[in-house]
Amino acid sequence: MIELAGVGKTFNPGRDNEFHAVREVSLSIEAGRVTALRGPSGSGKTTLLGLIGGLTRPSVGRVRLHGRDISALPERFLTALRRDTFGFVFQQFQLIRDLSVLDNVMLPAVPTGRAHADIHARALRLLDEVGLGQRAAARVQWLSGGEAQRAAIARALINDPSVILADEPTAHLDSALSRQILEILAELRRRGRTLVIASHDPLVFEMDLVERVVDLRDGRVLTVHGLSTVPMDKSACRP
Amino acid sequence: MLCIPNSPLAPLAGEGSFESRCRDLHGKVIFQPAALALLLASSLNALGLAAAGLFALRMLRHWNPDVGSEAQIALERRTHLVSTLVVLSLLLSLPMLALFTHTADAMAPFFAGAMCAVGSLKANAWGLPALAVMLAGFFLAAAWLVLHRLDTRGWDQPLLLAKYRLLLLLAPLALAQAALLWLYFGGLKAEVITSCCGSLFGPAATGALAELSALPETIARPLFFLTLALTLAAGTVFLVRGRLGRAFGMLAGLHFLVALAAIVAFIAPHIYEQPHHHCPFCLLQAEHGYAGWLLYPLLFLGTAAGVGAGLAAGVRAASLQAEAPRLAAALARIAVVALAAFGAAVTFYLWRSNLVM
Amino acid sequence: MNTWIERQRGLLDTTVANLRRRKARNLGLFMAYVLLVFLLASVVLFGDGMRREARLLLEVAPELVVQRLTAGRHDLMPAQWLERIAGLRGVAAVEGRLWGYHHDAAVGANLTLQVPKEAAPAAGRVHLGATLARLRGLAPGDVLSLRDHAGQPHAFVVEALLDSRSELVSADLVLLCEADFRAFFGIGAGLYTDAALRVVNPLETRTVAEKVLARLPATRVISREEMRRTYDAVFNWRQGLPLMVLSVLLAAFALLAWDKASGLSAEERREIGILKALGWDSGDVLAMKLWEGALLSVLAFLLGYTLAWLHVYYAGAPLFEPVLKGWSVLYPRFALAPEVDISRIVSLALLTVLPYVAATLVPVWRAATLDPDEVMRE
Ligand SMILES: Nc1ncnc2c1ncn2[C@@H]1O[C@H](COP(=O)(O)OP(=O)(O)O)[C@@H](O)[C@H]1O
Ligand SMILES: [Mg+2]
Repeated sequence: MIELAGVGKTFNPGRDNEFHAVREVSLSIEAGRVTALRGPSGSGKTTLLGLIGGLTRPSVGRVRLHGRDISALPERFLTALRRDTFGFVFQQFQLIRDLSVLDNVMLPAVPTGRAHADIHARALRLLDEVGLGQRAAARVQWLSGGEAQRAAIARALINDPSVILADEPTAHLDSALSRQILEILAELRRRGRTLVIASHDPLVFEMDLVERVVDLRDGRVLTVHGLSTVPMDKSACRP
Repeated sequence: MLCIPNSPLAPLAGEGSFESRCRDLHGKVIFQPAALALLLASSLNALGLAAAGLFALRMLRHWNPDVGSEAQIALERRTHLVSTLVVLSLLLSLPMLALFTHTADAMAPFFAGAMCAVGSLKANAWGLPALAVMLAGFFLAAAWLVLHRLDTRGWDQPLLLAKYRLLLLLAPLALAQAALLWLYFGGLKAEVITSCCGSLFGPAATGALAELSALPETIARPLFFLTLALTLAAGTVFLVRGRLGRAFGMLAGLHFLVALAAIVAFIAPHIYEQPHHHCPFCLLQAEHGYAGWLLYPLLFLGTAAGVGAGLAAGVRAASLQAEAPRLAAALARIAVVALAAFGAAVTFYLWRSNLVM
Repeated sequence: MNTWIERQRGLLDTTVANLRRRKARNLGLFMAYVLLVFLLASVVLFGDGMRREARLLLEVAPELVVQRLTAGRHDLMPAQWLERIAGLRGVAAVEGRLWGYHHDAAVGANLTLQVPKEAAPAAGRVHLGATLARLRGLAPGDVLSLRDHAGQPHAFVVEALLDSRSELVSADLVLLCEADFRAFFGIGAGLYTDAALRVVNPLETRTVAEKVLARLPATRVISREEMRRTYDAVFNWRQGLPLMVLSVLLAAFALLAWDKASGLSAEERREIGILKALGWDSGDVLAMKLWEGALLSVLAFLLGYTLAWLHVYYAGAPLFEPVLKGWSVLYPRFALAPEVDISRIVSLALLTVLPYVAATLVPVWRAATLDPDEVMRE
């Protein structure tokens, strides 16, 4: 569903500190699958995730979503498309302090102009699903790391996106909490969502969640290999 | 420090110094809060739109949506600033128009010979042009925003060039408006003996405006109601059938001119109940029930929305197939309601009047 | 349309939450904003009140005043001149007036001594302006002692205090009878200070004035219209001075607002970055920030204007009296009649809100157009 053709991202082009964070990546993300971007720190995982999700504009190359070139869309359209298609889970949770968990979850839906009551109800349901129903009114800075990550996942789901992009979802959590988060992601996969996870945490790859691994180094794709031989769940819902 | 005599019952009693001192101050009408506010507003408006105009030049030369270059992204960012500036400019033009006409009206007692806004505006050469430019600026900004609204809803931004060309017109207009206001307020002198509205709109007057006043009611009245009826009919057809959109826009524009002429020719005299009083500005005064403050906003709103609807209906871009008619319909609805209300108000005033012309 | 409203509502909700969250940070700017509106509105409302007051008094003033000039200076007018004026066509009535100034060392100010047209006090008695009475500590029944033109003390019994409705101009007034007046200033019978005219047709005031000048070339004629224009001009000018001073304050405030808006804290920058990454586009953030400015402006304006209104109309404008009136220590403590003038409100709103908008627009736009992927880079 998402195709990258010869995509590259250069920071500070033409200056002394010019840096090619991603080079000539051609890749396709398949619908309903779990793809992982793997590589050491600084290999370009986050940048690539941004390129896939339309958050970062490519310096060269084309990004297509459902066959449509989105690299040159006006900001307004790109943003709307991104909002409807992608849910982002950032590396540092990126919740807004002093707002309640509920308000944080509702934020991505504000510009859509959907009815307040609908957004509100959906946010509460999502919080229930990630086990934070009780904490809806709490300020986010009082959440533990695991709770914050679950709130961030609920927020990513508020606009009902078909693709979830998660950047190092387990980076700040111990292994028990990490498993909990991965379990939630697995549940999303089961419900038919496409997942792209950037991570170098072995735990992510131990669980039978990831179906395809893209190995990155210095901004280039080294290998792409399927792990679909590993039986994933007992699920019958694989396409 | 003694500049005001302690008692006005003992007027100007000092040794002549008071009077001479006051003479120096006569010219300082510019210190009126309203004048200061208008000058500040128009200057900021000119500054903003001039910057927007310069940007439009850059935009027209360098815009290329096919590249993701830094320069292109920077241009795209700046479009947000420009559109915000025009929105603010439009929002500003309404209170400015109201304040300017009201101030001109309120200043009339300052000038010998002035009875209403006309006298103040004619106290020097810049008043009436300033008002005209302000009006033009309002309509242009409204038209620009219609284009902008549509343009940002088409994925290929089909109206981008038209939009920025129009901005090239809007910017000089804003500059002219500020310059005229500075010239006007800066050049006001209380000793000037100005002319009252009778010299501009009346049997004794000459010139194009006087010709309008001389237009007999037997012609002006049917002409006005015919144009209004045609405009409303076109608007209704457009709303119901989705056709005649552009014709509606043009009719709304035509109706504006006819309505202004009609106000001078017969509506105003009927409201004053004086056959030879044709002034369109005295309508703003309390003696006439502030009729102008009802009629003009309705007329301006209806015209701006109507012309805007025509513009939107005329857009043929593929990417706006759904959006353009939707916006046109929304604007047409506003226009039809406003113009119908305008027509109703005029009818009411005519019905109430005891004047037989 | 519905989605538009819902979107604006959502943006507004977020704005309110943001303002509440950053109460402390916004409070300083808000107070400065309120103060600015308050000062500006006080000056304008006060000037307006004074102008209205003066105009009210002018309504009862004569249509024309004729003064004799000798060598270009105001001189006393002989009674025969009054008759010559009365003989002119178009003159309804002529009346010789008697009034003059007296420097009162006790209060250090000029008093206006005047013989009223009717209901003059009896000989040896005076009616006093309320402010003067207060300053001299006089009540009806007390004695007011003044030195006449020859340095001799004259004692007058205070009969009554003047109605304070028009205190602004009657503050320093001493009304006395004709005989006392002539004796006090040493003005012989048959001489008057000047002449007040009523004309038959007010529209012909100008023509009558010209006729007076033609018959009595050594005079000057002042029309009520002219006086009114002069008053308006003077009051406008007097108001202009503080307004000019305030414009400096205005600039300072704009600078403060600009600084506040452009000095985005790392925290705010991060938050805008998050919003953009979550699917807000530049237009959304810009709209939210404009809402923030609008909300702040509306609140500050309403509060500042209301305070100014109370200050001027109910507290007697203690802040500005010396600045605006300042022509005499005798400034009265009077109550201006409250009035709400929409064009003034619009002017004041433009004068205060526009600098704020202008100062914050560019910084706000810069913040709104931050790259959406900024939050990912850390
Ligand atoms: N805005 C930026 N400016 C300059 N360099 C950047 C920027 N963002 C990322 N980089 C660099 O790009 C490289 C790849 O970063 P990133 O995609 O975050 O890698 P990863 O997520 O795999 O750690 C890093 O070396 C980083 O320093
Ligand atoms: Mg990273």
